[in-house]
Amino acid sequence: MAKIVIDEIRCKGCGLCTLACHGKLLSLSEKINIQGYTPAAITFPEKCTGCALCAEMCPDVAITVFK
Amino acid sequence: MQQVFKRPISLKDVQTHFCPGCHHGTIHRLVAEALDEFGVQGRTIGVASVGCSVFLYGYFDIDVVEAPHGRASAVATGVKRARPDNFVFTYQGDGDLAAIGTAEIIHAANRGEDITVIFVNNTTYGMTGGQMAPTTLVGQKTSTSPYGRNQHKDGAPIRMAELLAQLEGVAFSARVAVNNPKNIIDAKRQFKKAFRYQVEGKGFSFIEALSACPTNWGMNAIAANERVGSEMADYFKLGVFKNTDNM
Ligand SMILES: Cc1ncc(C[n+]2csc(CCOP(=O)(O)OP(=O)(O)O)c2C)c(N)n1
Ligand code: SF4
Ligand code: SF4
Ligand code: SF4
Ligand SMILES: [Mg+2]
Repeated sequence: MAKIVIDEIRCKGCGLCTLACHGKLLSLSEKINIQGYTPAAITFPEKCTGCALCAEMCPDVAITVFK
Repeated sequence: MQQVFKRPISLKDVQTHFCPGCHHGTIHRLVAEALDEFGVQGRTIGVASVGCSVFLYGYFDIDVVEAPHGRASAVATGVKRARPDNFVFTYQGDGDLAAIGTAEIIHAANRGEDITVIFVNNTTYGMTGGQMAPTTLVGQKTSTSPYGRNQHKDGAPIRMAELLAQLEGVAFSARVAVNNPKNIIDAKRQFKKAFRYQVEGKGFSFIEALSACPTNWGMNAIAANERVGSEMADYFKLGVFKNTDNM
């Protein structure tokens, strides 16, 4: 069991986390946050392994990982 | 479930002003993680420079002195000599350290001051709108090299990590990148080595971090991140250039 939480307010939609996930579970969503960016979102959260590589990659420390 | 990734305590829980995909944010986090690791947050004095990282005091939960442009290593020299029990680091851009501050960094390093210098090389003057820096790659177009950097006129980009490694006073010098998880994990190791030198009172340590500036490179975050691993790392090789303790 693993889970990530993306801070949708802090996320700047840079997309760097999407490069880090081996399972390609992350993509940018269509919605626009208060900063005007499209925050990252996880598809198939049940496939997340909690490896935390997405969080390591995020320049804005917008991802928290639980395992 | 346990939290396996969280914000380091030395990094304030605030929004940064950095552009999307700017590696300054990642490098800030790695510095904060190393401060946490050594438990030095309460006795650390950071020395900020002028550039996009000028708001160091706003993002790190430590004491910070703001140095005039290029002078951070000289200011840090004074801070460390006056307060030898404090952990003292500078955080400087390439315009700051390798252009206006060249004299200060060379002599602080040559004297072997017991400080740690974090040098963020993004091949440009980010804050002021992307002018050519001494680190700008040959052929790179900037606002002051609209036809690309010309080696015959402008010289070749300066490799600071290698240059400083030659000085007797330097205990540790390395170059890292934060463009993929593997490089980030390696960068963490190098930051810890650099910090350990000062914690153990073993002299001057230097880390050059390659950094993306999507805004002034005229690229999106993904393309700028890619450039760090290709064009930039081809010229600015990652590695350890001096490690006197061979840790
Ligand atoms: C004495 C002085 N000269 C010039 C400036 C203008 N200035 C501000 S930031 C900067 C360059 C910053 O570039 P760099 O150090 O590479 O930092 P970056 O923003 O790229 O991280 C310059 C020239 C200044 N603030 N003070
Ligand atoms: S923790 Fe690992 S598996 Fe889960 S989303 Fe992030 S990179 Fe993908
Ligand atoms: S790396 Fe961070 S800021 Fe960038 S899209 Fe992913 S969560 Fe958002
Ligand atoms: S201008 Fe460049 S260095 Fe400055 S915050 Fe934006 S991306 Fe980062
Ligand atoms: Mg710069």
